[in-house]
Amino acid sequence: MKMLKHFMQYATTAEETGLSRRSFLKATGGATAGLVVGYYMPTSHARAATGDDAFNAFVQIATDGTVTVLNKHQDMGQGNMTGLVTLVAEELDANWDQMKGAFAPSDPKKYANLNWGTVQGTGGSSAIPNSFVQYREAGAAARAMLVAAAARSWGVPATEISVADGVISHPSGKKGSFGEFAAAASAETPPEKPVLKSPDAFKFIGKKKAHGRVDTAAKSTGQATYTQDVQRPGMLIAVVARPPKFGATVASVDDKAARAIKGVADVVQIPQGVAVLADNTWTAMQGRDALSITWDESKAELGSTEKLVAHYRELAEQPGPVAVEGDADGALAGAATVVEATYEFPYLAHAPMEPMNAVAELKPGQSLEVWTGSQIQTLDHGTAAKIAELPMENVQIHTLYAGGSFGRRANPTSDFVNEAVHVAKAINGRAPVKLVWTREDDIRGGYYRPVYVHKVRAGLNADGEIVGWHHRIVGQSIVKGTPFQGMIQNGIDPTSTEGATHLPYAVGAHRVELHTTDFGVPVLWWRSVGSTHTAYAVETMMDRLAKASGQDPVAFRLRHIKDSPRDAGVLKLAAEKAGWGKADLPKGVHRGVAVHKSFGTYVAQIADVRVRDDGTIKVERVVCAVDLGVAVDPDQIAAQMEGGIGYGLGAILRNRIDIEDGAVVQSQFFDYEPLRMSDMPSVETHIVPSADAPTGSGEPGTPPIGPAVANALLWGADKKVDDLPFSRHGLT
Amino acid sequence: MTIQVTINGEARTIDASPEMPLLWALRDELALTGTKFGCGVGLCGACTVHVDGAAVRSCQTLVGDVDGASITTIEAIATREADALRQAWAELDVPQCGYCQSGQIMQAADLLAATPKPSDADIDAAMDGNVCRCATYQRIRAGVHRAAEILEA
Ligand code: FES
Ligand code: FES
Repeated sequence: MKMLKHFMQYATTAEETGLSRRSFLKATGGATAGLVVGYYMPTSHARAATGDDAFNAFVQIATDGTVTVLNKHQDMGQGNMTGLVTLVAEELDANWDQMKGAFAPSDPKKYANLNWGTVQGTGGSSAIPNSFVQYREAGAAARAMLVAAAARSWGVPATEISVADGVISHPSGKKGSFGEFAAAASAETPPEKPVLKSPDAFKFIGKKKAHGRVDTAAKSTGQATYTQDVQRPGMLIAVVARPPKFGATVASVDDKAARAIKGVADVVQIPQGVAVLADNTWTAMQGRDALSITWDESKAELGSTEKLVAHYRELAEQPGPVAVEGDADGALAGAATVVEATYEFPYLAHAPMEPMNAVAELKPGQSLEVWTGSQIQTLDHGTAAKIAELPMENVQIHTLYAGGSFGRRANPTSDFVNEAVHVAKAINGRAPVKLVWTREDDIRGGYYRPVYVHKVRAGLNADGEIVGWHHRIVGQSIVKGTPFQGMIQNGIDPTSTEGATHLPYAVGAHRVELHTTDFGVPVLWWRSVGSTHTAYAVETMMDRLAKASGQDPVAFRLRHIKDSPRDAGVLKLAAEKAGWGKADLPKGVHRGVAVHKSFGTYVAQIADVRVRDDGTIKVERVVCAVDLGVAVDPDQIAAQMEGGIGYGLGAILRNRIDIEDGAVVQSQFFDYEPLRMSDMPSVETHIVPSADAPTGSGEPGTPPIGPAVANALLWGADKKVDDLPFSRHGLT
Repeated sequence: MTIQVTINGEARTIDASPEMPLLWALRDELALTGTKFGCGVGLCGACTVHVDGAAVRSCQTLVGDVDGASITTIEAIATREADALRQAWAELDVPQCGYCQSGQIMQAADLLAATPKPSDADIDAAMDGNVCRCATYQRIRAGVHRAAEILEA
């Protein structure tokens, strides 16, 4: 979702989000550099609604000393709430126990993702990278203001005052707490350019387990509030009957049986289908089951994935628009060895643990409040305002923790918010509405990682050196027809080709082509976006080439890595830690490697895979090396590597969404079976020490695991898996 | 229909259809929202609560079947096992999004009560029904082992 920086270039579709063209252009004019310091505007005098003293848009300090850091991002598990609190605590010289985090309101002027221009939102593994300086400066500014207030009160020079562990002190013996000076300090003039600590003075940043996550306790006691948990007085629960085929609409509905159910409050039609409202969730579901709906399928997609893939395979044989221009054909004609493969990747649902939902409280013509796990607040905000026919400033988005997302909550129509506001509007705001999706709604609800077919041909010279690489990709565009469409340049959607266009390897003549297709199933980014498929194609091809020429896959990679020391660095570190080349692996256990950069973060993984007697596999161990610049929280980076590996592994083992005659075949965790405890490998994460600017960790752990496992099977069991998931081959 | 239950040590009346899954009675009628909805069909464990001391899937337990029962939810469970698990969860920072964790802790508490020193195979067997889409499984496993250690001390 780094592509959001292009969001603003696409002002013509602004209407779709409800944002006016003017606000888009104005926003664009805001440019990024200015925003870094822009927040020092005298917001410092504003008192926050909580009664805490606001030092700036990101830091509030209460008289009891509690420091609240306002998180402009969505924390759907990645841990950025803790990460941003860490950045502020560091520069504030706070005591960890006085720190807490809260979600910021939706306000792109204050809370834009600095990687995205002027849109507030989370994605592309950008939360820590774009906030790294901004939140530290916010903390440093607040610290300077506390010091100034103490100096004024004590009548001593500010330069003589020190702050440590939440205590402000002066050599004379005077001491004070943050709370004591909060009110006075918030009225001080913020420093023009706050002075940041030098890294060797860090107490929290980069320290392993200097503190725990700020949300662990709440999430271990049932106290954390998700959208699903929001209760409003008089609230009704809505579930929506959506068409069984994408693009179908309601022709007629018979709701008599539904209305006859005790507790069903109303049945209303919205653009997405028919909503049943009831005073509890179960009754709303019963009501939906009792609806009898005739669907108009005249505009529906009626195709099937089987035919779609057959069509893609044909396209993969034909030249397409060029993303990387090299004469690969010429080079391959003269190659000593040519290896080719056609890969097939299925649709994938995100299936976050918390199904989609949103709460909307509408006062028609006056105001709208929305509670949801908002991932792109600016988009959700605009969509809600547009539907409610209210100006943006009359609409409030309350961001809550999301029970996962993996990209699902960052979709161009804000579907979950969209439906909730439509329902609230359809009942004229007479009650707050909690829109709830079931798991079946989620699995069948679209916005999948697209189906792709890749055809790769690569060749070696007689010395075993790669001389040509021809890579053709076929699939739907994630951004076409959305507010993000401006990213498409010269017919190439980079979200389809990223990970294939910039290889760490010198491959001689390199050519990448892309056929962008149309199919009436909505598609979306899925944890690590293009790299979910490009990494698999590139990294398995690397091993096939190595094997064809009898070369060790690590040495083969290192031989070809040119001008990319960080790729080489993670690869060497993983190989060393895994004992590559020297281990006596137990019988039946095979080892595979893959390396891939996504969102600026370099990750290498080495997987040990057991092939059981019945032919099924178990990934037993993964050694993961990561280079993401400064590691703000090493333990949480490790957690993201573990989670990213598990998420990717579950998908490559057995997840696929099939469409038959327009309808989604899968519906639940029994046919979209998630990774479970007994499938989870033990994961060891090693972080490359670095002083480079930080990059993110939410997504980059995902891409290498699939090819690492596939490569283990290639070498150990002479097995090639070209079409995913592995369950197609009886491997799981 | 009204049924009488003891929930988290308190006598409560649930006024709902006997067909309503306990999950929705807890969440919508009693505002005990710590117990989560993940699948509704017994495949994810997010809704796990204890009924008369045993872990059950509240989405598969009907209100009509718990008349007179004693129910404990994540909000109030305070057994030795649950306390040890929470301590371990904090030491290891197990949760990511956290949405599955109520169910994980309720299930793990049940495991530890029956098997104070579980092996990896015991953990697989007891916890395989509890999905974590964030894949925190490695830390859940380590957390259960750590809790067992705490309990032993
Ligand atoms: S919600 Fe009960 S098992 Fe999934
Ligand atoms: S922590 Fe997110 S589903 Fe388990």
